[in-house]
Amino acid sequence: MNKNLQDLGDYLKNALPGAVEKISEDHDQLIVNCKQGGIASFLTFLRDDSNCLFKVLIDICGVDYPEREKRFEVVYHLQSLRLNQRIRVKVICSDGDIIPSVSGVYSSANWYERETYDFFGIMFSDHPDLRRLLTDYGFDGHPLRKDFPLTGYVEVRYDEEQKRVVYEPVKLTQAFRSFDFMSPWEGAEYILPGDEKADDSAQGGN
Amino acid sequence: MAVTEIKNLTMNFGPQHPAAHGVLRLVLEMDGEIVERADPHIGLLHRGTEKLIENKTYLQAVPYFDRLDYVSPMCQEHAFALAIENLLGITPPLRGQYIRVLYSEITRILNHLLNISAFALDVGAMTPLLWWFEEREVLMEFYERVSGARLHSAYFRPGGVHRDMPEGLADDIMAFVDRFPKMIDDVEHLLTENRIFKQRTVDIGVATAEEAMDWGFSGPMLRGSGVAWDLRKSEPYDVYDKVDFDIPVGKNGDCYDRYILRLEEMRQSLRIMKQCLEQMPGGPVRSSDPKISPPRRADMKTSMEALIHHFKLYTEGYHVAPGETYKAVEAPKGEFGVYVVSDGSNKPYRCKIRAPGFAFLQATDFLGRGTMLADIVAIIGSMDIVFGEIDR
Repeated sequence: MNKNLQDLGDYLKNALPGAVEKISEDHDQLIVNCKQGGIASFLTFLRDDSNCLFKVLIDICGVDYPEREKRFEVVYHLQSLRLNQRIRVKVICSDGDIIPSVSGVYSSANWYERETYDFFGIMFSDHPDLRRLLTDYGFDGHPLRKDFPLTGYVEVRYDEEQKRVVYEPVKLTQAFRSFDFMSPWEGAEYILPGDEKADDSAQGGN
Repeated sequence: MAVTEIKNLTMNFGPQHPAAHGVLRLVLEMDGEIVERADPHIGLLHRGTEKLIENKTYLQAVPYFDRLDYVSPMCQEHAFALAIENLLGITPPLRGQYIRVLYSEITRILNHLLNISAFALDVGAMTPLLWWFEEREVLMEFYERVSGARLHSAYFRPGGVHRDMPEGLADDIMAFVDRFPKMIDDVEHLLTENRIFKQRTVDIGVATAEEAMDWGFSGPMLRGSGVAWDLRKSEPYDVYDKVDFDIPVGKNGDCYDRYILRLEEMRQSLRIMKQCLEQMPGGPVRSSDPKISPPRRADMKTSMEALIHHFKLYTEGYHVAPGETYKAVEAPKGEFGVYVVSDGSNKPYRCKIRAPGFAFLQATDFLGRGTMLADIVAIIGSMDIVFGEIDR
């Protein structure tokens, strides 16, 4: 691990043993896993502590891992202009968990949290105005979850008779084709055409 | 006498207003001519870019970046290319890096030309737009000659750039670099000391350094407030550490400072372009790894290996080892970052795009509260808003 990142990681671990769950590094970037409830106080510490001074919140985003027990990661990217350092803070949560909002710590968190709520359905407590941000008015569902289809569920068109835009279930003239170019010798997940018969004949043979 | 109660007026600004710079719907609560509250409604240009990228291979994801901020396409490809190179652990050849820096700076001028002139138009000056659109066309010709497309170039690829520059292009860019400062001066004569322009911009939309950081500003919006911060200096990528340039910094953090700053950035960009052209070595422009960059056409006619590589690259693409990275570039508007999570397959597992304009626009309420309605137009103009990147 890079010396600077190692030092910063150790410093954070010692300063806030209650909040930090894990410190790791990926491609020379420091990643800190933080406990769900302690995120607001942890980011306040990162912002104000004289050894950190992460004054700029670059981004908040969600990542969805449906196969995990706790499926969501909320990722905070912070930047310290004084130290020329970046840090990535992660909070792991499951569907329905409510995470403390950091919009009181960084003003810019407001829209980033709204976006995360909009795309993943992750709720933030004490957020001043947790509305949908980027999707349509009255949109249903959370589009960046992995179980949300790429095509969505509804499509819109202008109806000449009703003189307004109408919503209809999505109709595809051609089914969405997701090509898997993975070589069948390298662990492709799909079944090759004809392979489904192989098991039956094997059983029949026995 | 009956007391008349005066209610605040709620007003819709946009989404078809020309000064909204695209499809911004701004709900303004007005007390007479004073803005009490501004609530931007965005998402009218939302195309689900991040979701689409999750369903495409790494190479197929590149053109989506052109379509984010369509005024500065190449800088965004640059961020994506750097992120994927970081995950793959490759470095493009030196000539490729110089071409990328050269074209990033062309992009910066391209962006600032439109931004300053559209900003001037918003506050009442029409001439700069007419003069500078002609220059934009010249720059887009440079785009076209190198990539084949004026706007959506898909030129910066992970591992370098798609093709080498055609013969004669370097001379033409050099001629442009020598000729162009006069065009900047011309517009500067029109605007910088113009009484109307100054009345509309000085002390409008002021953000102090602390406030700018709190709101996540970057690029000219942050530097306008007096913070000398530029990713090209603080986290040099490609060959930015080999060229010499200055970072202009504002004092007051108002719309006027941001305008002056962008003018100076254009001059600095010309300096960088000139140095790039002078220092640029010969050699390959993209990675020689056949798994990442396509083989030469001539090789494909004779070599079976090359043909297979070509086919595999454009169908399956390349696999990226599991991991995650965040890479940012100093795009003309500010810090444009890409956070990529890879699960080892040929498609990104998650690709989050961090657009600078997103942070600027959410500060509209903070910058515009208590100003006049006409100042909202100046503030939005000076923020350099493009909806492609905000709505994604």
